[in-house]
Amino acid sequence: MLTAIGWFLIYFGAFFLFLGALGIMRFPDVYNRLQAGTKCTTLGALSTSIGVGFLHPAWLPKTFIIALFILLTNPISSHALGRASYRSGVKLWEKSVVDKCKEFKECVEEENE
Amino acid sequence: MGKLSRFIFTSLVLFILWLFLTSTFRSQEVLIGLIFSLVIALFTYNSFTEKGLRNLSPRKVFCAFLYLPYFFWQMIKANFDVAYRVLHPKMPIRPGIVHVKTKMKTDLGKLVVANSITLTPGTLTLDVIDDNMLIHWINVKTDDVEKASEEIPGVFEKCLKEFLE
Repeated sequence: MLTAIGWFLIYFGAFFLFLGALGIMRFPDVYNRLQAGTKCTTLGALSTSIGVGFLHPAWLPKTFIIALFILLTNPISSHALGRASYRSGVKLWEKSVVDKCKEFKECVEEENE
Repeated sequence: MGKLSRFIFTSLVLFILWLFLTSTFRSQEVLIGLIFSLVIALFTYNSFTEKGLRNLSPRKVFCAFLYLPYFFWQMIKANFDVAYRVLHPKMPIRPGIVHVKTKMKTDLGKLVVANSITLTPGTLTLDVIDDNMLIHWINVKTDDVEKASEEIPGVFEKCLKEFLE
């Protein structure tokens, strides 16, 4: 039973990692690609590592710790990437609807320098 | 806040982390872990926590347990959402950057809200300036500040305000 759950989690995670890669290929600009990259890799890596934990129950606590750290650090890294690319002047996709960032001085100051 | 309670809280967290990492209850391992978590807590409790043992009050723990399943459910929904947009031949996306006001006051609260927003359906926190959050939304429904604040961090904040502040 545990083995079945483990394999299911690993395949589930692998499927989402694949979708994340596909999203990075297909989406039009940096920010959309970051969306695909962040969400799919977080769930993919989480469920793969916990799946490995189910296959080897002795490793289960360790895989939970790994999952916790992934959960804490992954959104921060994507936030840093997005913020850095906005501040260095990467344009949004031309079909984007709104850009409220322009209203804030802090966001665009580095472009003006 | 009492220094002692902050110190105890830090060493407790470190000790639990140690137990998870070694995943054994042999007395030697536990003893060494206890000693080291006490020593490390002595140096780091100042920057590790502000509230100490008050973080473990029953109401906060209860709220955290309510929050976690909700968060995971949102995360899985987010993934299916992205999967749908990736696999759909026409790519139904309307991206844009919206502006949202947060009610959280502490840095930790803002951090957790921003992280939760990033992991939930179609939103990615780009920048946090004081209590303004700039969020990249993959499917913009409204560009009004008030409505967007209701739509994106609304439910998270209600949960998180309980156990973080």
